[in-house]
Amino acid sequence: MCGMKALAINSLTKTYPNGIQALRGIDLEVEEGDFFALLGPNGAGKTTTIGIITSLVNKTHGDIRVFGHSLDNDIYAAKACIGVVPQEINMNLYESCYDIVMNQAGYYGIPRSQAAAHTEAMLRQLQLWDRRDDQARGLSGGMKRRLMIARALVHSPKLLILDEPTAGVDIEIRRSMWGFLKEINEQGTTIILTTHYLEEAETLCRNIAIIDDGKIVENDRMSAILRKLHQEVFVLNLENTVDAAPVLAGFKVRLVSESELEVQVGKGQSINDLFSLLNERNIIVSSLRNKTNRLEELFIRLTQRKDVSTDGSDH
Amino acid sequence: MSGVPLKIQLVGFYTIVRKEVSRVARIWVQTIVPPAITMSLYFVIFGNLIGRRIGDMGGFDYMQFMAPGLIMMSVITSSYGNVVSSFFGAKFQGYLQEMLVSPLSGWVIILGHVMGGVVRGLAVGAIVTVVTLFFTDVDVKHPLIAFAVLILTAMVFSMAGMINAIFAKKFDDIAIIPAFILAPLTYLGGVFYTTSLLPDFWAGLSKFNPILYMVNGFRYGIIGVSDISIGSAFAVILIFLVLFALTCYYLIHRGIGLRD
Repeated sequence: MCGMKALAINSLTKTYPNGIQALRGIDLEVEEGDFFALLGPNGAGKTTTIGIITSLVNKTHGDIRVFGHSLDNDIYAAKACIGVVPQEINMNLYESCYDIVMNQAGYYGIPRSQAAAHTEAMLRQLQLWDRRDDQARGLSGGMKRRLMIARALVHSPKLLILDEPTAGVDIEIRRSMWGFLKEINEQGTTIILTTHYLEEAETLCRNIAIIDDGKIVENDRMSAILRKLHQEVFVLNLENTVDAAPVLAGFKVRLVSESELEVQVGKGQSINDLFSLLNERNIIVSSLRNKTNRLEELFIRLTQRKDVSTDGSDH
Repeated sequence: MSGVPLKIQLVGFYTIVRKEVSRVARIWVQTIVPPAITMSLYFVIFGNLIGRRIGDMGGFDYMQFMAPGLIMMSVITSSYGNVVSSFFGAKFQGYLQEMLVSPLSGWVIILGHVMGGVVRGLAVGAIVTVVTLFFTDVDVKHPLIAFAVLILTAMVFSMAGMINAIFAKKFDDIAIIPAFILAPLTYLGGVFYTTSLLPDFWAGLSKFNPILYMVNGFRYGIIGVSDISIGSAFAVILIFLVLFALTCYYLIHRGIGLRD
């Protein structure tokens, strides 16, 4: 039977044979139906965690339950609940897209007659049906990513784990994949996502954990985490021009150019107040944008890293 | 602890076998044709040209004596080669993970690949048998024994190929064992001669070569003569079958060479 927690991890540790301690006691819970972000810099332990959940990496200590099924003594039931899209392309590039998805259905015990319908549905949803007879090596990078998602979903898993699914995918396809993932989440599939695109996590996920150096350093609702930010910086584009940064009570303002200002808005301050003060000085704002991705700002602060690299490997 | 439902295991097994057989058929020029050509050359050179000068061996025309050995040799190399290349390719390119993350049991993964090796071994064995018929008559004395030895031997070497693939880290590692262990054991396994021709020491040493039992078991099934008793041949084959099966399962279950 599947419980309320899609995933429950207790005191998970992992030390690799070369002595690297990738995980130093992870505790994590993901509710059924959640869209959950697992973030962290390269080498933080995200991929190791996912590897252990999907039984591709042996843990050192700890307990993992997937929908109540323990990986220690009910591993096959736990595995049946999971679909995984790994970080690296891992398919037989000489097989057709159709065969890749059909075979995966077979590994989960779906007879070919049913698997054919599932495969068609998945390939159509991920806009790959027209390429079904092509060998996977002929697909673009974005198509290969979508094919891996189709493969992971063909057995209708309750928990979908995506390890950087949109890495190297262009913006248009990335946004269409976001729409698709939102849709299957709304249909009841629990999703755990790791990504370097923090905008992606902020857009899609309701809950978030940030892992750094093998430990969870933050785990809360996305909205609660973002509220912890003390200030945000907005860039204002002006209709008229100004010679110097205006003095606005309570706000720190910097002149970027004669038609552009940067304003720091602190926690508890209102943007309405800011606009009132600008109005009083006849400064008309034509548009504004947030200077930094809010989550990115928090991420850097928590992980004490200066950059959020998108390359390199992860433990 | 609950196991995998039988239905999932059976569908999974069928899927792996189907995939493996499709692979053999898709690259038939690499998997089926070369052994047929190699064995034809053996028949022409060793059987037809040199064999005439050798005369009888074990009471049979040399070509007839050699034919079961050549068939068995092609089955051994083909079944081993199929699993080692398929399994290592899947491991190397990462798509073995498709199976490792699924609820399939280790036994299903092993048996599915072994069945692929057996199918290729039998397909190649059948073609070599057809080639044999162009050079000599084959009057099968004990068909059931011949078939049983063939199947069991193909299973043994399919599992041996899997063990090789599990430990291999690069493509060189899957070429070393066939070149430096499998080929010498096969050539010294009584394919071309009877051990009664050897000095006592070498004849005794040959008894430690498991391939000698497989070749002679099959030869007994085909022409009815053997250097080894058929009981000993079956016993050795079954011992290696169980040993390799347990080794494969242990390695896959523990994830040795496959995880981390």
